[in-house]
Amino acid sequence: MYGAKDIESRTGRARQPAALSDAALKRLFLWPTLGLLIAFNLFPLLYSLYLSFTDYSAISSRAPQWIGLQNYRDILNDGQLWIYFRNTGKYVVLSVAFETLVGFGMALLLRRKFFGSGIITTLILIPMMCSPVVVGLFWKMMYNPGYGIFNYLLGFPAGRGPDWLSSPKLALWAVVIVDVWMWAPYVMLLCLAGLSAIPDYLYEAAEIDRAGPLYTFWRITLPQVAPLLLIAVLFRTIEAFKTFDLVMGLTGGGPGDTTELVAVDLYRLAFLGQFNTGKSSALAYIVLVIITGVSNIYVRYLNKLKEG
Amino acid sequence: MSDSKLDRRRFLRIAAFSGIGAVLAACGGEAAPSAPAGGAAPTAASGGAAAAPTAASSGAASGGAAGGSVKELTILWAQWDPSNYLQQLVKDYQGVAGIDVKVVQEPWGTFGDRFFTEMAAKGTAWDMVVGDSQWLGQASTNGNYIEITDIFNTDLNGKALAPATVTAYAEYPKGTGKYWAYPLEGDADGWAYRKDLFEDPKEMEAYKAKYNRDLKVPETWAELRDIAEFFTRPDKNLYGLGIYTQKDYDAITMGYENVLFSWGADWGTPDYKVQGVLNSKEAVEALDFYKSLYKFVPPGSSNDFFQEVNNKFTAGQIVMAMNYFAFFPALANKSSNPFADKTGYFSNPKGPSGKSFAALGGQGISLISYINDDRKKAATEFLKWLAKDDTQKKWAQLGGYTCNNAVLNSDEFKKATPYNAAFAETMQKVKDFWAVPVYSEMLQVSQTNLHNFVVADQGTAQEALDDMAKKHEDTLKKAGLLK
Repeated sequence: MYGAKDIESRTGRARQPAALSDAALKRLFLWPTLGLLIAFNLFPLLYSLYLSFTDYSAISSRAPQWIGLQNYRDILNDGQLWIYFRNTGKYVVLSVAFETLVGFGMALLLRRKFFGSGIITTLILIPMMCSPVVVGLFWKMMYNPGYGIFNYLLGFPAGRGPDWLSSPKLALWAVVIVDVWMWAPYVMLLCLAGLSAIPDYLYEAAEIDRAGPLYTFWRITLPQVAPLLLIAVLFRTIEAFKTFDLVMGLTGGGPGDTTELVAVDLYRLAFLGQFNTGKSSALAYIVLVIITGVSNIYVRYLNKLKEG
Repeated sequence: MSDSKLDRRRFLRIAAFSGIGAVLAACGGEAAPSAPAGGAAPTAASGGAAAAPTAASSGAASGGAAGGSVKELTILWAQWDPSNYLQQLVKDYQGVAGIDVKVVQEPWGTFGDRFFTEMAAKGTAWDMVVGDSQWLGQASTNGNYIEITDIFNTDLNGKALAPATVTAYAEYPKGTGKYWAYPLEGDADGWAYRKDLFEDPKEMEAYKAKYNRDLKVPETWAELRDIAEFFTRPDKNLYGLGIYTQKDYDAITMGYENVLFSWGADWGTPDYKVQGVLNSKEAVEALDFYKSLYKFVPPGSSNDFFQEVNNKFTAGQIVMAMNYFAFFPALANKSSNPFADKTGYFSNPKGPSGKSFAALGGQGISLISYINDDRKKAATEFLKWLAKDDTQKKWAQLGGYTCNNAVLNSDEFKKATPYNAAFAETMQKVKDFWAVPVYSEMLQVSQTNLHNFVVADQGTAQEALDDMAKKHEDTLKKAGLLK
């Protein structure tokens, strides 16, 4: 009879160094990921938090000097920045509201299969696949009062329609329209997923109970889609708060201050010759806190919906 | 199967070798420049400038042979046609000194960011930079540029340059006689106009009947506005002019300062006083005037800079176009402008003060202070070659906008292109925005306030300038420039 030692000596395994254990293998996969996360996420996050309390400029060879809450005080006492926050709030509310309405409306129209519904859905999704800078530039041409198609479609003769991007009253609306055009399909997509997941028996039961279309919508469709709709609204709110490229492509923040959003001002503060790294880090953290706060409200509501 | 398993020891060994390899690769990319020799005595530049080495102290003024061991030099500039002309010009230097000079081009949008971040790291990626005139204060006080005062009026032939360009592109602080750059690419705002429309007998007759004067190149800003008004015909999609209105960076500020200076006003005094200067009666009138020009631009002109203005001109939508001379080659080229043969050029007209000034563009070439002594010496010798009359003449022939007066005033130069005569005239009357280290903060304020008033029609000119003066004053005080 052979013993285990004999087998090991015959196969030569005894001379082999120990193989990696399962735990070591786990660590092997985990450490690089953790290392990357720390290097590229956690460290910049904490370092920029530190910088927000300093007068650091990325183009200065001078070391950061600790100035405490000065940057935060300057930002919160800057009347100009409050105008940008107000613009951003207005923009977020308008664009997310219209995206939700249009996106959900399109999803309801497209939930039933009909001839060509597949291709129509695909075509509707195209805007969200385009680069925001490209979208901004070509909508700028479409808005041109001289030769743009937008005013023509609204029924104005060439050169007589409103100058959407130059008018302080219309410029923000012009950006909102483009954002809705671009991102309503995203809301539609999530809503379609929610609508397709509603079991048919709920509608059948409602039909047996002779429930009207409005009642069915309020009591079955909307509650069933609500979790996914809320996720869409959450993502769009976060993204709308950070809108930068679309504004730069369309209006550059003008006319005057009317479309100057916080993210655009953050860019000017952080780069564009100023390189006020400390102050821009502080502004970025204020934006982060606002977005986190708003997201928390959504998430709590979402959890309530799930529980309910 | 089991033989191929990776054991802990082998894994650690591989990881260690990979780590060492990565570190060596990262460190070995470029030969580290040798430390500056102790002989390089720094001089403290005034105006709060950090200790900066001089060209002479680096051994460059000794007149020794260029380079020594240096076989190549690099210049950073923005990505545009003049950089290509410079690359062509510096090919000759290979024959002169045996040194290859390479012009590294960076897109305009990231040009400043790339330069200043490299400088913050005391980088040696380039030996020279053709930097924006507004960078002078920041780059000299940060110690990024080498002071070239010692050689400016001797080896670099500074006296041969148009005086206004020396102040604008080379000197900081202004009026101190301290030089940090050699004016390489002169540029300023001028005008292109449709000669065919100006010379049309019917138009001339109608204009004379309406304004009781001949239709010709305007001599005053008031005449220019009348011509713009005359040609503004929305029903024919024709408008009087195109001006700078863009909110980004410095466009609308540059447009406005064309009239600000010509009205006899200024951004401030040499000792940084802004209250009562920037918001003076003349400045307010100038701003009201600039806004009045905005009535004669085509619809959709609320965010225009050089590209947009040129596009409107080549599309036949505007009769006069404000633009930097550097962008006029595109208007003189038939392939990019169908009206190229019918396009004329003129320099800024006079304001009510009888003075005429133009907003400055263009750049000077500076030596980077972080390169080693051999490279400083080679780069300085290159500058001396670049400043020679013959080199400047060839620079102008290639399409570069020289600041050398002898070349500027020669008939050969003035007749070389349809816009050179106007350019030569303009280079004698250029003025610039602040070139102090905090210029970008001040620029941000002027851009916002001017755009709010001119384009968004908010408030009055007085309110816009009062607010600007207060904010500029605060910034200058914070920077320690104004007591």
